[in-house]
This record gives sequence, C-alpha cells and structure tokens, in this order.
Amino acid sequence: MKTAEFTDGTDPILNGLRTLYASRGYTHYKMNKFEEYDLYAGNKDFLISDSVITFTDGTGKLLALKPDVTLSIVKNTPDTVNGTKKLWYNENVYRVAKGSRSFREIMQVGLECIGSVDGVCVREVLSLALNSLKTVGGACVLSVSHLGILNELMDSLGIPDAERPALLGLIGEKNLHELGSALDRLGVGKEKADLLLSLPVLRGSTEEILASLNEALHGLVSKGTLSEFTSVLGGLAGEKEIVIDFTVVSDLHYYSGFVFKGYVEGIPASVLSGGQYDRLMRKMGKRAGAIGFAVYLDLIGQYQKSTTAFDADVLLLYDASSSAAAVCAEADRLVADGKSVRTASVVPEGLSFRETVTMREGKVI
Amino acid sequence: MLNIALPKGRLGEKVYDMFARAGYPCPALLENSRKLIFENEEAGVRYFWVKPSDVAIYVERGAADIGVAGKDILLEYRPDVYELLDLKTGICRMAVAAKKDFRDDTTRALRVATKFSNIAEHYYLSKGRDIDIIHLNGSIEIAPILGLSDVIVDIVETGTTLKENDLIVYDTVVPISARLIANKSGSRFKGGEIDRLVAEMAKIVEEKE
Repeated sequence: MKTAEFTDGTDPILNGLRTLYASRGYTHYKMNKFEEYDLYAGNKDFLISDSVITFTDGTGKLLALKPDVTLSIVKNTPDTVNGTKKLWYNENVYRVAKGSRSFREIMQVGLECIGSVDGVCVREVLSLALNSLKTVGGACVLSVSHLGILNELMDSLGIPDAERPALLGLIGEKNLHELGSALDRLGVGKEKADLLLSLPVLRGSTEEILASLNEALHGLVSKGTLSEFTSVLGGLAGEKEIVIDFTVVSDLHYYSGFVFKGYVEGIPASVLSGGQYDRLMRKMGKRAGAIGFAVYLDLIGQYQKSTTAFDADVLLLYDASSSAAAVCAEADRLVADGKSVRTASVVPEGLSFRETVTMREGKVI
Repeated sequence: MLNIALPKGRLGEKVYDMFARAGYPCPALLENSRKLIFENEEAGVRYFWVKPSDVAIYVERGAADIGVAGKDILLEYRPDVYELLDLKTGICRMAVAAKKDFRDDTTRALRVATKFSNIAEHYYLSKGRDIDIIHLNGSIEIAPILGLSDVIVDIVETGTTLKENDLIVYDTVVPISARLIANKSGSRFKGGEIDRLVAEMAKIVEEKE
C-alpha cells in the first residue's frame, strides 16, 4: 500500500501534464496573482465569465485577481515573429460559475505558443492537447474545427458580418432547423445553404471528411486555408481520438484558425479548450501569431471517481495511558510499512479507515 | 443505453408518444405509479420525468444524454447543449401583452413583468427600449391589471387567459415549440445511438406535418 493513493484527486494529472509539456520543451511560466483591471475591461468577451474581483492598491491603481491567464501571457510576452515562445502554466484563476453569483478559485493548467506559429506548432499543440486528455484517463475525443474555413465560407455565401456570431451559435448547437431558416432569410441559395448545413454533422474518417471537404469547398474557401487544414489534420489522421467537428466554435473577434475542445467520457462538458487567437494578438497590438489551450482541472476533479473508500489506511487509537513517544513511534513504524496513519484519541466522525489499531499503556492491543 | 429526460405533464406525454412510435417504447412510463425512472433495456432507453424547466439542466450536466425542452427554457437559461430537432409540438409563442388601452410612454422606462427576464431583456435591448424588469414567478397576467407593470412578456398558447383578463397581445417575441436537446460530451461517446434516435424522431415529425 502506497500513501500516494491518498493524494488530492487531480495531483497525479497535474504532475502528468507538467511532465508532458516539459518533455516538448515548454517553459514553466509563473505570473503575478494580480493584473491591471484595464486588461480585462477591454477584452470582456474573451473571458469565460465577465465578473472580475477588483481592488485598489496603495497607489490608487485598479487591480484584479486574474480571471484568465492567456491575456496576461499575451500582454507580458514580447512581440516577435522570429521564433516562438513556448510556455506552460498552472495558475489559480477567479471566476463566477455559470448560474451562480459567487466567485470560485479554479486551478487552470495550459500552454501557449506565441510568435511564428507554423504547421509544426499547430500540429504539436494539437498532439499535446490530445495527450493531455489521455493523461486525464478514460476514453477521450479532441474535436477540431477551423474558424477560417467557416468565415471564408460565409464570405462566399455573402453573409454579413453582423449575422455571423448568431449563425456560428446555431452551428455550435447543431441547430440545423434554425440555421436553415436563417440562411433562407438571408437569401442564401439552396445548394450553398446545404453545404453550410452539412458541416455540423459530418460523418466518416478524417481522410474521408478531408477529401469531401476539399471537393465541396473548392472555390469557396481559399486554397491556403484548405491546405493548412488538410495538411495538419491529414498528418494526425492516425490519431482516432482527433475528430473534425465544426460544432466547435469560438468568438470571431479573438480566434481565427484552428479551434478545438477536448472531452473525456463521463465528464459532461469540455475539459480542454483552445485555439489560434491571432485576432486577440492584433487587438492587443501584436504582430505575432498564437495558439494555446487550457485544461480545466476543477471540472475533472468534480467528476473524478474516488480511488479509495478510506481516508487513511490505519486509525491509530490511543488513550492517556500511552505516552506520546510510544504513540508516535508506532505511527512512524506503520508509515515506514507504507501505510497512511491517522492518530486520534477518539474515533474521528465521518472518516473511514481500512483498519483500526488500538494502543493501551504504550502497547498495541 | 440512452438516458432521456422528459418534461412532466401533457407535453411530456405527447413527446413520449413520439419516442414510442420512433421505436423507443417503454409502456411502464404511462402507468400510474410514483416511479420516476423507467427502463426498456431492449430498446436501449431509460426515461425519467423531471420538472420541464429542469430538463435542460439534467442534459447540460450529463445526467441525461438527451431530453425535450421548450424553446422558451432554452432561450431563458442558454444551456450549453446541442439542439438537434424541432419536434413541432407544444407550439405556442412568447408575446408582449398589455391592457387594451395601453400606450407606450417612451419618456420613461417601460415596466415589464415576466418569468422570462433574459428573453425580455434581450428583446427590448434589440429594440433599444429602456425597461424596468419585474421578475414574477406566476400569475403574470395580473401585473398590468393592478398597475404593477405596463406590459407582460409571457407564453401565449390560445390567448384565452389574456382575453379573460382584458389583455391583448401587442407583439410576438419568438415562436416556441418543444426541442430535442443533447449533452455535448455524451454526443461524442454515444453519437451513433443519438444519431439513430434523431433520424427516427425526424421521420415522426415529418409524418405529423
């Protein structure tokens, strides 16, 4: 019996992710707990929840407890298009959960690749995202979409910019009935409308989908975008957990190319989310490209099955007749045997132990 | 096995009938009992009755793989789920109603009584009209009569309740019907089963039309 069995549920996952990202040369990025509020005020739509804990420091500056990590990394990373910064982080962020008014401290792990983002970077990040899901354990799926394809297709269909967020929302819901009506209202011809309507419900292997997309989107989506999509995902076709899925959508104001979400069986929402956020970079006055993702350890922890039915291996129960030295010596002996030990003079309420060892007058009885 | 959350009540019975005709029957469901969960292993389904406004929560949080919820609930609570099919049943509309002699005084905020605060806010935001939301949990129709609000935003099915209270519909906010929804994660691991069910249900909806 190893005492490691009793560690916090997501600790082994965090250790696994740390090893994974370090193995690909990503540098650990540690940041300040506080950030200037202005950073979030100007990019509220980028945040998962738009409530931020703010306070004024001694100089009168309005600061915030970080609700997000990516914005801080982008702000603090020098703008470069020569070479790439590869960083990973594990940080606490402070957010209001959906349907709640209370703030929660959430442990978030993720990585960012900022600078000259080429096909190698994108493929590497997608692979790392998939391997992050595998580190969580169980069956998993990494659903990958490309906002450039959707956006260029909507250009070809003559869909005004103002209508696109709503249409992307319907694509994200697989809501074909309302998407069909909206395209009809916008005067999109049946053939082109059917093409957009087919994207949220693609079926088949990666190779089959890529072949049919290249044929169907020829002339509607630029060659560059299609070949980028085909070359990255074609190269990952051997990974059966990577699935082309256009229902993964993100805000067009921030994201541009690949976007993806990761799911693990038994957890009802995505445990990983990421994408290429070149538009956020431009918004923040940077020329560099960027891609990254975050893993939601809090969500994983909520649905993780308990690995043990016990709080410790041994309850070492003593009374006043045993000396402190004798009790501690017995506890040390049990720990040396590889057991976890809880010493107590009365049975702790609400806890369970694999076995109980009782000491009287300095001896185990 | 697909877990299906059905809304308790008349709409739930109607949509269960559609599921049964689509090849997913579970006759025990209609027996008068206090049981809440019903299973037909052969058909690969487990049904459970829940409060209509809770269906989306069960599906979003993965306790149910799929469920049936009104569009009103989906618009109000915005759950992160797939909306796979308009079942074209439970048809009604979200409407703005007021007393017959109502005149919109645009010099002040419009007082709007509703159970659907988000829908009402979104609707008036799109019109650029300043409003004061009065959130009520029931008997919305009484609000304009007692002078609590200028208008109400509520579901109108036949209009009888409005008529009996001397209220009339001024505008339709959005048409409402029952929708088949699915959990986004579950759909990735039970995709085949869900696709088959959706295809069969689509046939039943078409037959009805």
